[in-house]
Amino acid sequence: MGEVIVVTSGKGGVGKTTTTANVGTGLAMLGKKVVLIDTDIGLRNLDVVMGLENRIVYNLVDVIEGACRIRNALIKDKRFPNLYLLPSAQTRDKNAVTPEQMKKLADELRDEFDYIILDCPAGIEQGFKNAIAGADRALVVTTPEVSAVRDADRIIGLLEANEMKQVHLIVNRIRMDMVKRGDMMSSDDVCEILAIDLIGIVPDDENIVISTNQGEPLVGSDSLAGRAFMNICQRIMGEDVPFMELDEKRSIFSRLFGKHKKN
Amino acid sequence: MGFSDFFRKKGTSSIAKDRLKLVLVSDRAGCSPEIMEQIKNDIIAVISKYIEIDLDGLDIKITQTESESNNGTVPALFANIPIKDLKASKR
Repeated sequence: MGEVIVVTSGKGGVGKTTTTANVGTGLAMLGKKVVLIDTDIGLRNLDVVMGLENRIVYNLVDVIEGACRIRNALIKDKRFPNLYLLPSAQTRDKNAVTPEQMKKLADELRDEFDYIILDCPAGIEQGFKNAIAGADRALVVTTPEVSAVRDADRIIGLLEANEMKQVHLIVNRIRMDMVKRGDMMSSDDVCEILAIDLIGIVPDDENIVISTNQGEPLVGSDSLAGRAFMNICQRIMGEDVPFMELDEKRSIFSRLFGKHKKN
Repeated sequence: MGFSDFFRKKGTSSIAKDRLKLVLVSDRAGCSPEIMEQIKNDIIAVISKYIEIDLDGLDIKITQTESESNNGTVPALFANIPIKDLKASKR
């Protein structure tokens, strides 16, 4: 039986779609059968981040309305044969789908896939309710900024009110140089404020922009963000992976300045 | 980095953290400004029966305080109510 995971944040622009693309691709690289669902109806994004925008025939709303079968709407990834995308509709709005319909769709996909990953729209309205309806686990993405953390707290409250079984935090776009000089909240700070389990720390990495330009997720590459996303995938699969990225950054820093920092 | 920044004692991250903690207390309590206003007016009404208070200096807010029983912070209603005249003590 597959697991349904929703990637959500509240605030827009913190990296939900990038996280969905990279976590999904990473799990496929680790041999899992994965389907990504873009639930942001009207604002389709995941297809371009995955580089699959030219292959869309049917979309999520077509499947929900019974205009086509799920099998016909799923787009096979360019690189990984065990990775699929169900794109969102671009010309409809969020009210075209109900939470019950989304839950039914996710449940139907459980038999065939190990992981069903839903990219949630920003906000707390209908689209959010649709996306979380059938999920077993939520990945809450935030950046270390007051606005994003505040919205994440609201989202966590709503997820708990909806009895989400597991809620995990991803702190995205951390800049260790700024954290070091005390001008950016650390992942520990964010974690302490939000009081949920941390599953990933993703450093701010220009390679993300480069990979998105090309429509190829960078997970698994030797970049900092690429490794951070792969670590998240392994943690999702239940492996105990230490939080490596920050230590490495720190060791480079200490090598440069000849300091010996603990932790 | 400017000269003054160099001598700045704490970074802006601690300011962010403190501001967030405060705003989340009222977010989580679901306490709207309207409800706070009602609480404030009710408190004024009750206390005014016994003592004369300084309405201009009055400050009521939800904040966090160290819990005595368990380690950690709990939400608290903080009220700073300056007294003008202690009617009760004269009685």
